[in-house]
Amino acid sequence: MPTVVMDADRIGRTLTRIAHEIVERNKGVEDLALVGVRTRGVPIARRIARALKEITGDEIPTGALDITLYRDDLMRHAVGPQPVVRRTEIQFSIDNQKILLVDDVLYTGRTTRAALDALIDYGRPKAIQLIVLVDRGHRELPIKADYVGKNLPTSPEQSVQVRLLEIDGVDEVVLEGGAS
Amino acid sequence: MSLHDIDRRNGDSVTTAAREPDPPAVTALRRKDLLGIADLSAPEITLVLDTAEAMKEVATRPIKKVPALRGKTVVNLFFEPSTRTRTSFEIAEKRLSADTLNIAIGTSSVVKGETLADTALNLEAMAPDMIVLRHSSSGAGHLLSRICRSGIINAGDGMHEHPTQALLDAFTIRERKGRLSGLKVAIIGDLLHSRVLRSNIQLLTKMGADVWVSGPPTLIPAGMRDFGVTATAHVDEAVADADVIMLLRIQLERMEGAYFPSQREYFNVFGMTTNRLRLARPDVIIMHPGPMNRGVEIASEVADGPYSVILDQVANGVAVRMAVLYLLAGGVDHEEAA
Repeated sequence: MPTVVMDADRIGRTLTRIAHEIVERNKGVEDLALVGVRTRGVPIARRIARALKEITGDEIPTGALDITLYRDDLMRHAVGPQPVVRRTEIQFSIDNQKILLVDDVLYTGRTTRAALDALIDYGRPKAIQLIVLVDRGHRELPIKADYVGKNLPTSPEQSVQVRLLEIDGVDEVVLEGGAS
Repeated sequence: MSLHDIDRRNGDSVTTAAREPDPPAVTALRRKDLLGIADLSAPEITLVLDTAEAMKEVATRPIKKVPALRGKTVVNLFFEPSTRTRTSFEIAEKRLSADTLNIAIGTSSVVKGETLADTALNLEAMAPDMIVLRHSSSGAGHLLSRICRSGIINAGDGMHEHPTQALLDAFTIRERKGRLSGLKVAIIGDLLHSRVLRSNIQLLTKMGADVWVSGPPTLIPAGMRDFGVTATAHVDEAVADADVIMLLRIQLERMEGAYFPSQREYFNVFGMTTNRLRLARPDVIIMHPGPMNRGVEIASEVADGPYSVILDQVANGVAVRMAVLYLLAGGVDHEEAA
């Protein structure tokens, strides 16, 4: 039975709250830049940028990162179709910036590991902080988010679907499958 | 203002706008070899071009390297001289973190009489993952693909195909024009000996372009109509209102007889000059796969002029070859067969 664990209102309030946490923790938005992990990290990053602008009036540079070429499961099998590669678009220097890395779901941590490696190839940021809309647990690597929209206890059999207006036409987070 | 300045300004105005590509209709190539454009469907060609767009971005980074093919070995086996294609493949392989090995004819056992098949089997015994092959015999890649487990990429086989050249040409056209379908593309020059032509007409017609070919009648192969292209010995007909003009090198080294009286006469009748260019559309682009014979198939002022995208083709070649290497590294998908 799919369960809606976050609706549009809840997602909106959560991102606004995260924006406030960002300003508080960094004592403003100086040297901050947002980088969303494709696919759904990108619209989330853009929404946080809008919220930060409403709070501080400052425009925060925002980019999109494709981590496909950095995945740790590429080339591990003798054969198999290669995942689709999309464009990375980071139109600003990340050197000495504080990068807010944005993803929709934090699970094993492998995507974040790939994103960290990819980011470092673009420059040497002063710091990288991790923002996720949902942390569903079951980490396989020593990775922890700095800002979490919702901690969602799950079993590995379940799946968490984040749907966003910009991509899916609806804002919701749904927990599917397994008996929780 | 010099022509060079115009060129640069022209280049700036067309820099690729941020564009969210639609999800490709095909998401994997599911094959280990790229022997020719003949084997690719239109959606597969689109997948290669879309992947190349992502790969092109890698060249703009401070660290121009991604770990995608880490631990893979690629052999560049070149039985014909080549600077551009071999270098382009080698850079593409290195940017994907593959280990590369170059074997050129002058330094290999071929000079001691070894056959292509034996050379390949000996290389294969050292377990490379892919072999990039250039050979003067048409079908050399097909032979290797039958006897080798490694993936084979055809980097030009005789007068047959040169698929990565056609893909990089298509990429360059799409980058400038935003599309391939509906464009009038004129391909002019030594049609008879050109593998670039054979790959390009297949690719462009599959993608819906209107392809015209022109050159001396002695250099127009029979059966062009069967490929769905219009052949004419009147070069001005081909150039009229063209969106793209692609010039092919006069391949003197492949000519055993006399196909035209002199290079000077060829230039006068078929050469691409500023005057002839006025017949084309005002936003025409000029392409040449290289190496150019200046003053034979193309006037220097055209090659270096504002309409020329010849150096873009070279730059794009790396991105397109990265895309091909990446997509083929997945190999044949046995999942569905199992």
